Amino acid sequence: MSTREQTVDILVIGGGTAGPIAAIKAKAKAPHLKVLLLDKANVKRAGAIAEGMDSVNNAVIPGHATPEQYVKEITIANDGIVNQAAINAYAVRSHDMIRELDSWGVKFEKDETGDYAVKKVHHLGAYVLPMPEGYNVKKVIFKQLRKQGVAVSNRLTTTRLLVGSDGRIAGAMALDSRSGEFVVIRAKAVVLCTGAAGRLGLPSSGYLFGTYENPTNAGDGYSMAYHAGAELSGLECFQINPLIKDYNGPACAYVTGPFGGYTVNAKGERFIKSDYWSGQMMLEFWRELEGGNGPVFLKLDHLADETVTKIENVLHITERPTRGLFHEGRGTDYRTDLVEMHISEIGLCGGHSASGVWVDEHARTTVPGLYAAGDLCNVAHNYMLGAMVFGQIAGEDAVDFIADKEPAEVDAAAVAAERERIFAPLLREEGIPPTQVEYKLRRLVNDYLQPPKVTRKMLIGLQRFAEIRADLAQMKAENPHELMRAMEAHAILDCAELAAAASLYRTESRWGLYHYRTDYPERDDAEWFHFVQVKKGNDGRPQCFKRAVPPYLYPIDADERDAYDQLRVDAPLAA
Amino acid sequence: MPSIQNRNIASVIVDADKCIADKGCRVCIDVCPTDILVLDPAQGKVRMAYDECWYCLPCEHDCPTKAIRVEIPYLLR
Repeated sequence: MSTREQTVDILVIGGGTAGPIAAIKAKAKAPHLKVLLLDKANVKRAGAIAEGMDSVNNAVIPGHATPEQYVKEITIANDGIVNQAAINAYAVRSHDMIRELDSWGVKFEKDETGDYAVKKVHHLGAYVLPMPEGYNVKKVIFKQLRKQGVAVSNRLTTTRLLVGSDGRIAGAMALDSRSGEFVVIRAKAVVLCTGAAGRLGLPSSGYLFGTYENPTNAGDGYSMAYHAGAELSGLECFQINPLIKDYNGPACAYVTGPFGGYTVNAKGERFIKSDYWSGQMMLEFWRELEGGNGPVFLKLDHLADETVTKIENVLHITERPTRGLFHEGRGTDYRTDLVEMHISEIGLCGGHSASGVWVDEHARTTVPGLYAAGDLCNVAHNYMLGAMVFGQIAGEDAVDFIADKEPAEVDAAAVAAERERIFAPLLREEGIPPTQVEYKLRRLVNDYLQPPKVTRKMLIGLQRFAEIRADLAQMKAENPHELMRAMEAHAILDCAELAAAASLYRTESRWGLYHYRTDYPERDDAEWFHFVQVKKGNDGRPQCFKRAVPPYLYPIDADERDAYDQLRVDAPLAA
Repeated sequence: MPSIQNRNIASVIVDADKCIADKGCRVCIDVCPTDILVLDPAQGKVRMAYDECWYCLPCEHDCPTKAIRVEIPYLLR
């Protein structure tokens, strides 16, 4: 349990998608700076895109879409609750980022003229750019990290941020999950890129690590930002996805849709007009599952053999390549069989829904010197490319922020307290295994928070979560690996409590299934056309409050506003 | 607070004849996102130590001798 100390200029936490780009761009702008990129796993294969990516879901490419079109579509898909300046900051940089990735060697689909082969999957516009050879993304980015001379540190689970007495970010503390060392890193700016809270709900398989998200993304960043005093936003706007039942991975609408695949009910009928993932689409999906027309399936059996082969060559090779193995085990062939779908466990994710650490269009959180990017930040539907762009924005802005600054003072008492918190489960003689605590916690999340949300159930959930908090003080870890799991259980519990608090605060329904409250079933714009923010109150408990939606850059007409509320197919189409 | 040992079947299968961890290779151990692969000091080969597999495949794909086969974890199959 020795302590390792280090001082850098810019600390980037999270080596998945946003983090590496933040580090590369900071170092490119100011090569003399010490930039450290750390990850809980190994940067080479870290984060949501560890094995690659099937497609860019939100390409804004001239000739196919404009920033205005894109920002308006994302505004409508999010029932109006967006900071358009932040969405626009992504949209205007989208094409340049694609071109830069292309120049580095990331493969995007092009047509015979060399133009990017953009497809329409969203309800209104065309933004999906397939990546049939997207399995090399991480390797390409790793080469750029090496080229820029970014320092990398692996197997560090960051547990708390350090804030100086002046309120400025001062660094972070971490556990080395291999050596068991305590690591204190002082920094002038910190870019937090720790991904979604993907281990919040329990998959229906009961397998703790059978999550939609890469299970390393346990919500550590949400917890850290909260304890550092940052505002979090939209935590009641859950991430819920339509997935292959039991496998719990995407089917995936963005890949199969452009080839002619679509979602059907048990009668083989199409019931939603657009398979693009939105809360409104998920609500129709849920109604179909729970109604007499369920279950729901992905339909590909009407496609030509060579088309199915093309789909397999994407779905079974990139992003989640064990999909093929799973289907083989069940004897499922896309050519003859429908693929049974279900609804995922809940999570928090800016990249897929809108639940994240609040950032402005400069990726700045409300804590000076602390940035957030990627799935962790609340820029709605930002996906992989948005993570990269916000990584760039954060990295470059951090360089300007730290100019002429010294590192903020570190509070020795905070360091000592965190050291004690981290190592308590290791020093305890006996106790509850961290994974058992996690299992119970996440099962309770399913029981009490999974939409449709019910007030009384969420209140009971908060009582159960408080009991789990007492159990945290009885966890026993046998080694540094289990200690990492114990620290993750702390973060998951924070996320569960914050998600419940934000969900109870917004007394209306919004975003389809993401925030569907049966005892407040209607959308109430008069009262709730606001962000719901949550931060740590003076009493150390979550404090919820409203934040105004900033004036739109691109106004939404009355006839455009409800487009995503009309996703159900009026009369069943012939299959 | 007494405890008991749980038993689970491994979903990451390592072919000991092909694994070259005894020659210093650590590729799969390094790339596993959930850090569940360890060196068995007695055998000098890699084994799965925690039932925490995301069936994501970097271990299988990056193994230089193709010694690893990942199966879908039993609960999901």
